[in-house]
Amino acid sequence: MEDRTSPHSHQISGAEILIRCLQEEKVKFVFGYPGGAVLHIYDEIFKQDAFKHILVRHEQAAVHAADAFARATGEVGVALVTSGPGATNAITGIATAYMDSIPLVVISGQVPAPAIGMDAFQEVDMVGITRPCVKHNFLVKDVKDIAATIKKAFYIAATGRPGPVVVDIPKDITAHFAKFEYPASVEMRSYTPIIKGHSGQIKKAVKLLLEAKRPMIYTGGGVVLGNAAEELIQFARKLGYPVTNTLMGLGGYPSTDNQFLGMLGMHGTYEANMAMQNCDVLLAVGARFDDRVIGNPGHFFSKDRTIIHVDVDPSSISKRVKIDVPIVGDVKSVLTEMNELLIAETKTPDAGDIKSWWQQIDTWREKKSLVYKNSTEVIKPQYVIEKLWEVTKGDAYVTSDVGQHQMWAAQYYKFDKPRRWINSGGLGTMGVGLPYAMGCQLANPTAQVACITGEGSIQMNIQELSTCHQFRLPIKVILLNNRYLGMVRQWQEFFYENRYSESYMDSLPDFVKLAESYGHVGMNIVNPADVEGALKEAFDMKDRFVFMNFITDQTENVFPMVPNGKGLSEMILAGEE
Amino acid sequence: MKHIISLLMENESGALSRVAGLFSARAYNIESLTVAPTEDATLSRMTIVTSGSEDVIEQIIKQLNKLVDVVKVLDLNDGRYIERELMLVKVKATGIFRDEMKRMCDIFRGRIIDVADGSYTIEVTGSSSKLDAFLEALDKSAILETVRTGASGIGRGDRILKV
Repeated sequence: MEDRTSPHSHQISGAEILIRCLQEEKVKFVFGYPGGAVLHIYDEIFKQDAFKHILVRHEQAAVHAADAFARATGEVGVALVTSGPGATNAITGIATAYMDSIPLVVISGQVPAPAIGMDAFQEVDMVGITRPCVKHNFLVKDVKDIAATIKKAFYIAATGRPGPVVVDIPKDITAHFAKFEYPASVEMRSYTPIIKGHSGQIKKAVKLLLEAKRPMIYTGGGVVLGNAAEELIQFARKLGYPVTNTLMGLGGYPSTDNQFLGMLGMHGTYEANMAMQNCDVLLAVGARFDDRVIGNPGHFFSKDRTIIHVDVDPSSISKRVKIDVPIVGDVKSVLTEMNELLIAETKTPDAGDIKSWWQQIDTWREKKSLVYKNSTEVIKPQYVIEKLWEVTKGDAYVTSDVGQHQMWAAQYYKFDKPRRWINSGGLGTMGVGLPYAMGCQLANPTAQVACITGEGSIQMNIQELSTCHQFRLPIKVILLNNRYLGMVRQWQEFFYENRYSESYMDSLPDFVKLAESYGHVGMNIVNPADVEGALKEAFDMKDRFVFMNFITDQTENVFPMVPNGKGLSEMILAGEE
Repeated sequence: MKHIISLLMENESGALSRVAGLFSARAYNIESLTVAPTEDATLSRMTIVTSGSEDVIEQIIKQLNKLVDVVKVLDLNDGRYIERELMLVKVKATGIFRDEMKRMCDIFRGRIIDVADGSYTIEVTGSSSKLDAFLEALDKSAILETVRTGASGIGRGDRILKV
């Protein structure tokens, strides 16, 4: 035991200071797992009830659940892990949040300061390991620095382009005593996020959009994270222009709206990708032209297209695609300013031009690129998602893992609201689905929460069935079980002459028995005729966790598909493979 | 094209590794990197010599600015600047070499800062290309050891990088 020196009056321990900081930040949930280096902190957690601690079964899930809580609510998610293996287990969760710009504060225990560098038990250089996958990180070296550091961590995580911040605290620091004073505000000369966009550039953008003959609005996760959906809807409706969303941007514009062309990108709709490729003025908002969105940048390039890009992160602008009108700023602030300009504007878009553009788009829509061949013999995964959308009235929080099921969820569940579609877009982390559902359900106890997953992904964090039981989370797992790592199998079919190397999932558990052993309800659904009834039955069990094992078509593929390295207009459509 | 980037950053532990890590993570070139505290002890000044297309340099500047510890970034190539690097070279100085080395040192305005029976240690400062030229002018077999600081740079005239 290290020395817990006796306090002077008004002094409290570092552990208690940390708890007080979290209370000051109005944290509702801390997702974590105890261990040696964080024992002082857990002792203080025991003595308080301002926030609830959610005990997960693996630290990766703690970070994913905190991440989902942040995605669903817009608040900063908080995870707490111990040093060494606790810290390294958190890495995948941190990297996942980093790639999708999710505000998180991850607190990790560290060995006592004098033991750092001594290869102590459960020691790992957390600040060093996380440096490439955090927005910022801190090692607290003095108990007096805890409060200011936590204040900065929350501020950095939530402002500008959000992201995860790690605070590594040596065990002895949590035992030392200091006076608690929580700073009212943060001033950092080295960190001053830009909020307001350049007015001249905004005026120029609006003028270009009003003069456009073939306009297109392309928005990403920035609109969702920046709480700018309303402003986007107002802007797009006023102009009557087509809108597409990235995988991360779904829900930023209502999917059931007629101006919505669907998701774009590798598995985007024909109309969205064609409109993106052929537009003359493109407005990109909170999106980053990544490889899964525009494919080959050389193919995407067109000298006849003017691109306006609104993003809070200057480094996202002109990274893969040269931008003509860059606007650095908070998307909500910039869209608000654009809306004000539109209201004051007397000029309107050329009705004839816009009409013929929509006629062109309608011919692309006629391809019906999302139509699939349903079956009465075997369950088609797309059908399950369509029925899920109907049964939940399009109003569920939907999490997914990574793979074919993720793409089908994105294509067939029509999201009308932001923060309803929770998935790992950037890092593509298998295993996020179940912990994501936990975070969503805790944030919204009475909401319908569905976790769309595959038999590969679900097994990457299956231990969380236990956490779900402990906290009585009435999540519905929609397992699209095709006995294959479907997306791997699809690529092997298309690009490796059907050599299905290690993509078959053998020796699967009896998922119904597995769910039941954790105290949940399990269901096997084999017959297409039973899909809708089973979903209704499951969602009627409002207070139960239901694990639905849908045995689906093993050979179904995700279409359309832009093969890796190809251009957006070079899609493979269903029936053309 | 070669660029010299100057930056001011918080003088905190780990700040250097954030910059070095950024360059390796994003596969940017580093030709040299020097860092030391400034007259304001809370700030460090770093000079990075890098190369890349204009697009890559633009990204490097943006990514550096994005680092939370970085206060200010300046691409010295955007204007006129002065570049200096210090090099210490230990050379053979025996027989005919002894006079020859002294002459060469004078031509490049170097200074002999250490003398031993068989060697001189020469200090040369100048732009990196001047130091390269000095090494090229020497007989390869005469060079026993070299150590270079990497370039430091500063804007000419009124160009000032300060918080």
